Amino acid sequence: MKRNWKGWLYLLPAMLFLGFFMVYPLIDVLIYSFEEGYNSASQTYFGVGLYNYSYVLHDPYFLQAVKNTFLLVIITVPLSTGLALLISLGLNSIKPLRNLFQTVYFLPYVTNTLAVGLVFMILFKKTAYTDGMINLLIHAFGGQSVDFIDGPYWAKMFVMSLYTIWVVMPFKILILTSALASVNPDYYRAARVDATPKVRIFTRITLPMISPMIFYLVITGFIGAFKAYSDEVALFGTNLNAAGMNTIVGYVYDMLYGDSGGYPSYASAAALILFAIVLTITCVNLLASKRRPQT
Amino acid sequence: MKIVLEHLTKRFPNRNKKVREDVIAVNDFSFEIPDGQLIGLLGPSGCGKSTTLNLICGLETPSSGKIYFGQDDVTNLPPENRGVGFVFQNYALYPHLTVLENILFPLQNLKGQNRPSKEDMLRRATEAAKLVRIDSLLERRPSELSGGQQQRVAIARALVKMPRVLLLDEPLSNLDARLRLQTREEIRRIQRETKITTVFVTHDQEEAMSISDLIVVMKDGVVQQIGKPQDVYDDPVNLFVSKFLGTPPINVFAGRVRGGQLLLGDDAVLPAPGIPDQEVWAGIRPEGFVPDANGALQCDLIQVEVMGRDTSVVCRHGACEQAIRAIVASEARPNAGETKVRFALKPNKVHLFAKATEARLSA
Repeated sequence: MKRNWKGWLYLLPAMLFLGFFMVYPLIDVLIYSFEEGYNSASQTYFGVGLYNYSYVLHDPYFLQAVKNTFLLVIITVPLSTGLALLISLGLNSIKPLRNLFQTVYFLPYVTNTLAVGLVFMILFKKTAYTDGMINLLIHAFGGQSVDFIDGPYWAKMFVMSLYTIWVVMPFKILILTSALASVNPDYYRAARVDATPKVRIFTRITLPMISPMIFYLVITGFIGAFKAYSDEVALFGTNLNAAGMNTIVGYVYDMLYGDSGGYPSYASAAALILFAIVLTITCVNLLASKRRPQT
Repeated sequence: MKIVLEHLTKRFPNRNKKVREDVIAVNDFSFEIPDGQLIGLLGPSGCGKSTTLNLICGLETPSSGKIYFGQDDVTNLPPENRGVGFVFQNYALYPHLTVLENILFPLQNLKGQNRPSKEDMLRRATEAAKLVRIDSLLERRPSELSGGQQQRVAIARALVKMPRVLLLDEPLSNLDARLRLQTREEIRRIQRETKITTVFVTHDQEEAMSISDLIVVMKDGVVQQIGKPQDVYDDPVNLFVSKFLGTPPINVFAGRVRGGQLLLGDDAVLPAPGIPDQEVWAGIRPEGFVPDANGALQCDLIQVEVMGRDTSVVCRHGACEQAIRAIVASEARPNAGETKVRFALKPNKVHLFAKATEARLSA
């Protein structure tokens, strides 16, 4: 106990930083979200209550953002994880060119989101001069051209999901290939001697062995997808509300700085709602992963 | 099931790419393993014993040569069609499955007509578990078992599909000394009860000698000697085999044969009838020394270690690079205070090997 203060002293720098840049803003956000009619210019407010939450929850833009975010999460997390698993299995079973493919699959991770968004836009966008490459392909197969960037909702959602999957996959492939490589080959040799069918090897040996990593990827995938924003800007521009492709984080940003900006109270309320959603989903995920037998 | 290995050879490409020459892990191995016997493949690390086991199992395919199980040529069969049970060095038990699920695993892989009913599977799994005496642990997971218990589960898993051949890779190397003793007797018992032809790999000569019907001593991919443990010990074909078997190891002297006498240093210690004059290695087993005031071999006494039943006498002689270790009966032990000790030698415990070839010399 005597030298206890010394320990705290060592922790002080980190605690100061965390306090200033994490704890204080968090508390501030909580306070903002309950201050009704807060004016950032005069720093005044009318009263304290739940009006901000009520406003946000009734704002059609917010509801659209929630819908978009949830769709994005539900579509991209399972698909990207599943695809990453397939690709990792493929990578793991080939020897020649494996390093090359690994690099190729990892490229999106090191590429700038906005730059890649631009590429996607060029691929999918339909302008007065060109239909875009994808539409040309659709034409070649005798289909009707679709404007993926300014067109129907499903088309925009499709591009957005595709883009998100493409962006998040490299990390998942990286994690899963190393997880697969770390499974002791003796298990596979034992399974071979016992004439285990391939499917059974995958479901009864490989999957359980790498399941901790899969759970990790699903949980971080959920969290990441709920926080999606910059990818949407890259594809659809800054006015996401107009495009109908806003996300919850985008909504928060717009409330703070967008055209309709200057509403920190609404932004705070929306942010806290997002926090509650992510917390709930993560808890559910953790519970689900705990219920499985220990490996 | 009789196993026949015919001119079995396995080459691996050299890891070091500058060297074009292949690494020969197993070189021209021919041997017929009689039905229902326990065979110990013995040799130092890297001698090709594990590769031989993998070849018999089918995890590796031979570069040349043939393998027969009984009359069937299994050389090109994959392991799953050979009917072998394999126990891995690290057991390779599936950590997320219980003991019972682990043992059931091979049975659940069976298809079509061979697939037993659920009750049948359970019965066979329990039988296998009983055989290796782990039937009270069926609901546990491997991580909750001791090393010896895990080993038994691995054996049960290998036995449950009633293999024609049981293969064990270093079955005892992951166990502590006490468990090792217990488990090796257990392996012997299980093998006797099931009468399955069993091959196991070890680098521990004591382990191999104690439970095997036959031992195969290998070095650098080449079989040195095959025989009953006692025969190989008593009658080694070359210096390597004589050095590899026995604890404490054999004492090797640089000597020569002159006029039918074995000379160590300047002492004529033993008649060597019928052996032409030449430089030799003389290997003398620790139990081949008999303290004798008139003995022919005189050594400088270093130390006397009392072990109860026997006494270990450590001494030096000019013709032997290492310290000599002799095991003598306790009542005949020299006094610790003396500086010299004289031994007579038991002729059947002294083996002579040609200096250059290290092959056994006999009349």
